Amino acid sequence: MKVVVTAVSPELNAQVDPRFGRAGFFVFVDTETLAFEAMPNPAQMASGGAGIQAAQVIVDKGAEAVITGQVGPKAFHALRAAGVKIYMGAQGTVMEALELFRSGKLQEATAPTATPHAGMARR
Amino acid sequence: MTGHEVRGRPSCAAALSQRWDFYGEAMVVAVASGKGGTGKTFVATNLAAVLKEVQLIDCDVEAPNAHLFLKPEIERVYPVTLGVPQVDENRCTHCRRCAEACQYHALMVLPREVLIFEELCHGCGTCSYICPEGAIWERPREIGRVEMGRSGPIRFVRGVLNIGEPMASPVIRAAKAFREPGLVTILDSPPGTACPVVETVKGADFCCLVTEPTPFGLYDLEIAVQMLRKLGTRMGVVINRSDVGTGAREFCKREGLSVLAEIPFREEIGLACSRGLLVVEEFAELRDLFLRLWERIGEAIIGNKW
Repeated sequence: MKVVVTAVSPELNAQVDPRFGRAGFFVFVDTETLAFEAMPNPAQMASGGAGIQAAQVIVDKGAEAVITGQVGPKAFHALRAAGVKIYMGAQGTVMEALELFRSGKLQEATAPTATPHAGMARR
Repeated sequence: MTGHEVRGRPSCAAALSQRWDFYGEAMVVAVASGKGGTGKTFVATNLAAVLKEVQLIDCDVEAPNAHLFLKPEIERVYPVTLGVPQVDENRCTHCRRCAEACQYHALMVLPREVLIFEELCHGCGTCSYICPEGAIWERPREIGRVEMGRSGPIRFVRGVLNIGEPMASPVIRAAKAFREPGLVTILDSPPGTACPVVETVKGADFCCLVTEPTPFGLYDLEIAVQMLRKLGTRMGVVINRSDVGTGAREFCKREGLSVLAEIPFREEIGLACSRGLLVVEEFAELRDLFLRLWERIGEAIIGNKW
């Protein structure tokens, strides 16, 4: 199946980015072949509705599941409405997170786990 | 009305108080600050009280408080609504033009439905305009109200944003739309320098910045000055609680800003305000101070030196 992992750089050994809406990069991986495609997240600098824009990207790419750290309320609603499953608590590198996912160690999200704008950098 | 002669010229204040023939409309003076709590409402309401034949529009729609001092009788209430998109799924082809056009990411197009995030919607109407199938129509959603009435000779208008609503600007625009063009207008602005303040001050003939000589007051005053310079608005500064600190006069001198008035800290003023009293009705010196303030504003506008 095709899944997407949020990452801080566009590689399979990149560290997982715990944010969804404002993650640095999305790494789309086919869990069977491990073929992957990484892209920067266009929603990162959005002042509002970042989760929605990010969710739209995920849906357009046809990913069936999101593997990340935490997900805010609008992203949660958007992904759920699109039927995309959300798995939280991912850690380590993208590859390590995929392993956790494949061995069933990640929990599926039943509610948003972050408050709005939680992923915005504080300066 | 306010007329007393200044240096042999007809009083600037009197000129302001009459119909200003520039655009056939009377002067609009906004009272803003930067830092909250410096005394905007204090200045706005007391100015209105000494001028009498004016209208005051309370634009601090998230927390209006001018009514505490002016105690108006409200005569009419109008709802303020935003049009939020509704999608006719029978006509929608999921082409995505609406979501792509939306600057606020309020629309998300899924394979079989369109999600609308109402709280992000600014009511701009772009989505319904751009939809090639005519599948979007706009449902009015109430976000606040405008109340109008009188406080003696003063015409009173205020906007009130419904609790929980994130956008003040549409309600501020609505409140300002009820301005009577022939009456001098005093706008009591919200605190800060963000969208609601810009919406309030936009189009005003003058902005009176109320500050206090404290580090926070001066820091925020500087930001407020930058904002007004970007808007190109004439401005002047009122230093409230002028004797509790230093730096305000020096800042104004450095920046070439006129100091329109200095109001010292007096416990009696604080007590009067806490009782909802207008200090210009309690203390003769303050009545004179506010009349002089209005003269200074008039001089700044008419002399075009500010």
